[in-house]
Amino acid sequence: MKVAIIKYNAGNIRSVEYALQRLGVEPIITDDHHIIQSADKVIFPGVGSAGSGMKHIQERQLDQLIPSLIQPVLGVCFGLQLMCTHSEEDDTPCLGIFDLKVKKFKKERKVPHMGWNSISFANEGAYAELSGEDFYFVHSYYAEIHPVFTVGHSEYGEAYSAVLQKDNFTAIQAHPEKSAKVGARFLEIFLQS
Amino acid sequence: MLKKRIIPCLDIKDGRTVKGVNFVGLRDAGDPVELAKVYAEQGADELVFLDITATVEKRKTLVALVDQIAKHINLPFTVGGGISSVEDVRALLAAGADKVTINSAAVRNPDLINQLAYEFGSQCVVVAVDSRFIDGKHVVHVDGGRTPTEKETLSWAKELEERGAGELLLTSMDHDGTKAGFADELNRQLAELLTIPVVASGGAGNQEHFKEVFENTGVDAALAAGIFHFKELSIPELKQYLHDNKIAVRIV
Repeated sequence: MKVAIIKYNAGNIRSVEYALQRLGVEPIITDDHHIIQSADKVIFPGVGSAGSGMKHIQERQLDQLIPSLIQPVLGVCFGLQLMCTHSEEDDTPCLGIFDLKVKKFKKERKVPHMGWNSISFANEGAYAELSGEDFYFVHSYYAEIHPVFTVGHSEYGEAYSAVLQKDNFTAIQAHPEKSAKVGARFLEIFLQS
Repeated sequence: MLKKRIIPCLDIKDGRTVKGVNFVGLRDAGDPVELAKVYAEQGADELVFLDITATVEKRKTLVALVDQIAKHINLPFTVGGGISSVEDVRALLAAGADKVTINSAAVRNPDLINQLAYEFGSQCVVVAVDSRFIDGKHVVHVDGGRTPTEKETLSWAKELEERGAGELLLTSMDHDGTKAGFADELNRQLAELLTIPVVASGGAGNQEHFKEVFENTGVDAALAAGIFHFKELSIPELKQYLHDNKIAVRIV
């Protein structure tokens, strides 16, 4: 299986690479459009800020490429936020795969939302077996709930989208690469999709 | 619901764990990766590696160790000890650390906090504070607790948050090693004062102490070393106890 991890200025690429290696997959880290297009699966990772993230993505014309991909694509953490329509962070227009706005957590709670929190998945679907399990999160912004695309949600003061799915696109706000066995299982399910 | 975190801390010297760690069945209890795997398996929520290597030259082995940890451990982990520059942090994060913790360097050069938050984001900047109660005041100490400073703990905590720290690790020197419980009153004040997560450290002697610090204060996590290393308390046992006492923890 050929798995491509999209390379831009995002921070947690190495951790994602190691998590895939632990599952017996040797991913390719690249920003080459042809390699990404020909991969069986594509992972879009990210730790960073929306403004600078989108800038780096545009410089590599990845903003055109990513929404046009037809194989299974997984956005991780900040990758999920960039796959939405707009982020309050730096008032940034994003990729628009999921028709959702990304907002900042209200200041009366501790921000970033950092630590282990459970994800409730819909009863049906590929990830249902993981419903109620704890995943590791670190984020200050969140995507709102979408009536169709939100297949898993978490709560931090309010409910937000923890996992989004639309056609071949999946995205998770948590860090599966850091979420112990549960996270490894999530990645395994994605790789089997 | 966000869970309270339990964090074992491993002291590293010249790439090896120190303090005669008492683990049966480990091929090499001095190997930080082996020990970390055991804690990961047991349900630790996060790990902290504190490098106490004396010389700068030998400290370079830390980056290679961090890479090995990232390769084998599927948990978030923090690395600290002797970090004093943006470049130190860049190397550790690139090797796979999720967060770094700075202590003396932050007190001597508070701008370092701002620089790290700007370069890498607040989420990976943990500021560790060693505090001792002297003459009615909580006094910040540096150099591994050897040197008192002019800074008062609560005002320094507020300042480091404003400068962009993403988490505060509070070690109460009055409680550390006593096994008489965490510094609940100081932790309570800090967690109320700050909007960033607070990690309590120093004083854990039994499972009740963890329950008390989570019940009596708003801390997000509790860190301990010896009590876990010497198997006085196992993480699964501790978490089950906390769960039974209605404290939200991650059960594996």
